[in-house]
Amino acid sequence: MRGGGARRRLLSTAGFYALAVVFMLPTVFVFYWMVTLSLKPQIEATAYPPSFVRFSITAAGYREVFTKYPFFLYTWNSLVVATGCTVLGLAVGLPAAYSIAHWRQQRLAIVILVARIIPGIAYLIPWYIFFRSLRMVDTYGALILSHLIVGLPIIIWVMISFFEDVPADLEDAALIDGCTHLGVFWRIALPLVKPGVVATGILSFVFSWNNFLFSVIPAAWKTRTLPIAVYNMISYEEINWGTLAAAATLITLPVLLVALLAQRHIVTGLTFGAVKQ
Amino acid sequence: MLTRWAHRHAQWLFPAPAVLLVAVLIVYPIAYTGWMSFHEWSASSLSPPRFVGAANYTKILVGDARFREAVGRTIYFTLVAVAAETLLGVAMALLFNREFWGRGLLRTLAILPMVATPTAIALVFVMMYHPTLGVANYVLSVVGLAPFRWTYSSQTALYALALVDIWQWTPLIMLIALAGLASLPREPYEAARLDGASPLQAFWHITLPLLRPALVVAILFRAIDALKTFDIIFVMTQGGPANASETINILLFNQAFSYFNMGYAASMAVALFALVMGASLLLIKVRRSTTW
Repeated sequence: MRGGGARRRLLSTAGFYALAVVFMLPTVFVFYWMVTLSLKPQIEATAYPPSFVRFSITAAGYREVFTKYPFFLYTWNSLVVATGCTVLGLAVGLPAAYSIAHWRQQRLAIVILVARIIPGIAYLIPWYIFFRSLRMVDTYGALILSHLIVGLPIIIWVMISFFEDVPADLEDAALIDGCTHLGVFWRIALPLVKPGVVATGILSFVFSWNNFLFSVIPAAWKTRTLPIAVYNMISYEEINWGTLAAAATLITLPVLLVALLAQRHIVTGLTFGAVKQ
Repeated sequence: MLTRWAHRHAQWLFPAPAVLLVAVLIVYPIAYTGWMSFHEWSASSLSPPRFVGAANYTKILVGDARFREAVGRTIYFTLVAVAAETLLGVAMALLFNREFWGRGLLRTLAILPMVATPTAIALVFVMMYHPTLGVANYVLSVVGLAPFRWTYSSQTALYALALVDIWQWTPLIMLIALAGLASLPREPYEAARLDGASPLQAFWHITLPLLRPALVVAILFRAIDALKTFDIIFVMTQGGPANASETINILLFNQAFSYFNMGYAASMAVALFALVMGASLLLIKVRRSTTW
């Protein structure tokens, strides 16, 4: 009898892992397919039936991406915009989040929440006209500012909950000792919420890096970011799948790696702090 | 002196830069879009916007069949995608709600689609969906199914796009549901077992009601973002074939930046905002009525 129970348990464990594989297979497969396509020679990339495991490996796709297109420039543009957006977002957002948490400025918090709900496309027309009249269309400044629409609300909202966890006694004691609010914020609160700063910084970077909508219009040519560059490649490289997949891999891998560093906080950020992990 | 002044007014000075940015970045554009929606303007510098009253809105509400179809499509896309994500996500959460080897790996894998660049993912799906060379139809043929035309047919385009959204966002619902399941109390289940309830009854009468607050939050965020979906549709179909996947966002974008009907596009933006706001309020109301 005991042997039967053990066998049943083994079977149910095997069944569990089989189900787990079935559910997670699509997730893994799309990334696997992207990377393998990028490594296949042109003939094998468009071969039918496609080969899943056995194929020859080439770096031709990656070479194409860098020789036929100014991909380094696009990568640099994406880096500058995402970094600028994150640094500016943190510099402005952290004091605001501290203030909302410390002085309970609920109305300000609601404005931030509404900013998260408004469809991005509603900003596009005024932004386009605004930047055009300032002759800022093809500048990093325009891109950084428009990407902040996504980044700033996330930074502020997620950081509010981090600052709320800072013990009030600690802040009060420092104030009684003659410390200013700026001193309390800088020397006491900020060091305590460092994990949150790292997580929201990474989130803001990832969202800016991935941003398509706010880059289509303001980025003309000199400041074109990676998502727009990859989108423009489709029309030219319709048949050249190796090159397309190489570009897709190059743009995705950095964010995947960076995001893994902040994986504990990503769900918190994506749900705007509604779910804490 | 300055530091003392700054200290005394800290609660206004701290949020001031953010408030200024939010005013310029968010409040001004929204007000401008609202103002523009009552005008007609082709974005030219020679002729200024012309006031047309509510003409754009009457056109939206009664005149433009294409816009109404886009509204229907946007809502349908959202319903299909979010319903599938919820069902799959909850099913996966129930499956994975136990101690097992590889839990950390599961969470890592679940996060990857959510942070992957949508443009790149759309590109990969374009290649997978190719009617003759794509791996999607090959997999179907292996299972013994007839090939699909995915995004290349007006009958299936919207579903094929929803599938990309489902691939990307089911993990979010799963992770939120998992967090909800982890916080459930044990007592009701023991009581239910003593009363002879089946596992299905326990799920329906205990798990689901207790999970509801977490699920409503998850569905709320998914619905808001699904209504606003732009990247994958713009990259994969641009609203085609034959407008079959033209959502409000895509129609609006083309009206504004292909035909330069700025006023008309602005009124669509207001309508989309109303739709997203309505969906949010509806879900918040559902959440409030939860009395557990």
